[in-house]
Amino acid sequence: MDIDLITNILYAMIRTGTPLLIVAMGELICEKSGVLNLGQEGMMLMGAVVGFIVTLLSGSLLLGFLLAMVAGVLMSLIFGLITMELSANQVATGLALTIFGTGLSAFVGSDFVGKPIAGLDPIHIPVLTDLPIIGRMLFGQDLVVYLSFLLFAAVYWFINYSRPGLVLKAVGENPHAANAIGLPVMRTRYLAIIFGGAMAGLAGGYLSLAYTPLWAENMTAGRGWIALALVVFASWKVERVLLGAWLFGLASILHLVFQGLGFSVSPNLLAMLPYLATIVVLVILSSNQSRSRLVAPMSLGNPFYAKS
Amino acid sequence: MTLLTQTLSLPRLTLRGISKQYPGCLANDDIHLDIAPAEIHALLGENGAGKSTLMKVIYGLVKPDSGELLWDGLPIEVKDPAHARKMGIGMVFQHFSLFETLTVTENIALALGDDAGELEALATKIRTVSERYGMAINPDREIHTLSVGERQRVEIVRCLVQNIKLLILDEPTSVLTPQEVETLFVTLRQLAEEGCSILFISHKLNEVKALCHKATVLRAGKVSGECIPAEEDTTSMAKLMVGDDTPVSTTYPKKLGSSPLLTITALDLPSDDPFGVHLRNINLTVNAGEIVGIAGVAGNGQEELLASLSGEHLCRDGKTIRFAETEVGKLPPDKRRQWGLAFVPEERLGRGAVPEMSLTENALLTGYLTGMVSKGMVAWNKAEAFADDIIQQYKVKAAGRNAQADSLSGGNLQKFIIGREIMQNPKILIAAHPTWGVDIGAATAIHKALIQLRDQGAAILVVSEDIDELFLISDRIGAICDGALSPFKPTPESSIQELGRMMAGDFSQSTSEGSASQ
Repeated sequence: MDIDLITNILYAMIRTGTPLLIVAMGELICEKSGVLNLGQEGMMLMGAVVGFIVTLLSGSLLLGFLLAMVAGVLMSLIFGLITMELSANQVATGLALTIFGTGLSAFVGSDFVGKPIAGLDPIHIPVLTDLPIIGRMLFGQDLVVYLSFLLFAAVYWFINYSRPGLVLKAVGENPHAANAIGLPVMRTRYLAIIFGGAMAGLAGGYLSLAYTPLWAENMTAGRGWIALALVVFASWKVERVLLGAWLFGLASILHLVFQGLGFSVSPNLLAMLPYLATIVVLVILSSNQSRSRLVAPMSLGNPFYAKS
Repeated sequence: MTLLTQTLSLPRLTLRGISKQYPGCLANDDIHLDIAPAEIHALLGENGAGKSTLMKVIYGLVKPDSGELLWDGLPIEVKDPAHARKMGIGMVFQHFSLFETLTVTENIALALGDDAGELEALATKIRTVSERYGMAINPDREIHTLSVGERQRVEIVRCLVQNIKLLILDEPTSVLTPQEVETLFVTLRQLAEEGCSILFISHKLNEVKALCHKATVLRAGKVSGECIPAEEDTTSMAKLMVGDDTPVSTTYPKKLGSSPLLTITALDLPSDDPFGVHLRNINLTVNAGEIVGIAGVAGNGQEELLASLSGEHLCRDGKTIRFAETEVGKLPPDKRRQWGLAFVPEERLGRGAVPEMSLTENALLTGYLTGMVSKGMVAWNKAEAFADDIIQQYKVKAAGRNAQADSLSGGNLQKFIIGREIMQNPKILIAAHPTWGVDIGAATAIHKALIQLRDQGAAILVVSEDIDELFLISDRIGAICDGALSPFKPTPESSIQELGRMMAGDFSQSTSEGSASQ
């Protein structure tokens, strides 16, 4: 295997992991508040199609990314209204949101399939970017990748050191106790859901504006589901989500690696690796009952309604 | 100066005409109440008398339909618990509002809101305050590693680190051993001397008499009387609580059975719940024709022991639990019931009864062995007759046999479940908290039914947190602490003090039988 191939694999690993990282961070915050939103895929697709159309029509990538996030937020608000105000089942609502988002994005984007735009370019720093092996990985990515590093640091600090982060964990563990001591359960959960929507929208926008700058129906190709698996895989720990995202990113470009090595393995077989890894982690986690109850937010998936 | 004297003479909290209507029940009806500064005021009443609703009104969790609150003489509307805390009202709940996976400091920081400050400084403050009031706790521990008594300390300290003027405690002693109760009372008296008002909610008369300066008694949502507990005897207060002349204290003849019906031998059962208790070397025999009572503070292994006896949690070795000569340790619940076991779980909705099902269907669920099912078909007329029988004999207040289980009040559902189990004439009855939440009259009826079942030769095991009840009905008595059983001895030879020591884990007592080695 030559140096160039390694350089490219490392570069692609981070790049492929970035949308996973962004959407998984959103989902992590959402689940920490006790809300399980399975609508990631739908929200991402809406983000992708809205971001693409806006950039195509306005020529502004920034506007595209912003409105992609707005689209994700609007989708998440549908979920929020149904599960919070009407106390509907979160799993069913999330699944419905994915189906809805898949259909709506295909409908909205049908006139834009295959049209080209100028996507977000990677940066180039003389000398640094040209370093062998790590040059492109660390210094040759696009801005959103660096934004995802910042996002990770912010979420890590938020969950582990900030007071709102403590409130978030408390609400996710026991919303009734949280309500009894006067914490704003509904507001916390809404904000968490909205953050999840914004991140899903951003990740969707990243796919259609930077990763592969075009719109195709169902272009997220299951990344929303991988992100959901990733949160479980990381046992709800921020730093593990980061590593997991890059690991899953590597897994999904493994066919390139094998090609480089001269093997031919079906890409379909390799595409299942993230899911296989998640199943293995789930088995390991649940083999120790007492640990598994301590890792997941205890009220995950339970609707909350204040009794008056 | 005038302002100060005025403040001193004014009650800290006044309730005027508080009413709260829930669907189907008037929880509070025109309640008046005054609490002075530095006063320990008891709110006395049976379960369902409206105590909980009233204190939720004070704490801002429930909006009253009418009436007003005066705080230091000024009318005020408590918007929510955060507002109540700002005013200086602290509350210790019966079911703790703590977060299991967070530390003591984090839990308290959450409740303090923006006043919490740096966690380090708060931890120091928690140490100082808790030691000053004789309730040492380690601020760095996570809640799930604490005992129930320690959790209560966290709740109290959480109130004390704020500038508190009124502390509300909802049945605080129900989770404590008699010795821990004494310690709590010392703390509360110290707090009151420093000027804090205390609202002490309870249905235990002797505690109210020992601690409180004044008492307001509630019955069926109304104030039925006010008194100075030190000047009353418990019978007169009980009459205010109960209202009619139901005999408050009865005694039942004690018996000791002969042939063992339920035998537990060297039962070790690790819990797979991180918040659970491991059972350690449990040995116990319950004979035909006797009631054995297990006392204990909640969360010391009662749930785990009950689950292993009912068959919800199977043992690894069938021999560890035997019904007469049959090894049942590995048998599932239905097989054990077929043998003649009846079981009243602690949790009424969910395990004792299915909330969304009618009383008839719930009666069928465990009563099906008494001929309600033939050739796989349900004989509904028999199930309905059975449900009607239970409702009638146990005076269950319900809209009939088709009422949904969750439409009944806690006490009535308890009567129904107890009735369902006893009326199947089991050989072994295991009951958790048999009279929890039922009124005194119904409790007496349940006690009589248990005694009658005993006299027919059944072996009965009762697990309860109510020590008075255990002394009343048990023939032999002991305690469970941290997953181990104390020695058991005939009730007349035991005393509340001794049982209290055992509930706290001090089993130092040589007895003949049923002993569990530490």
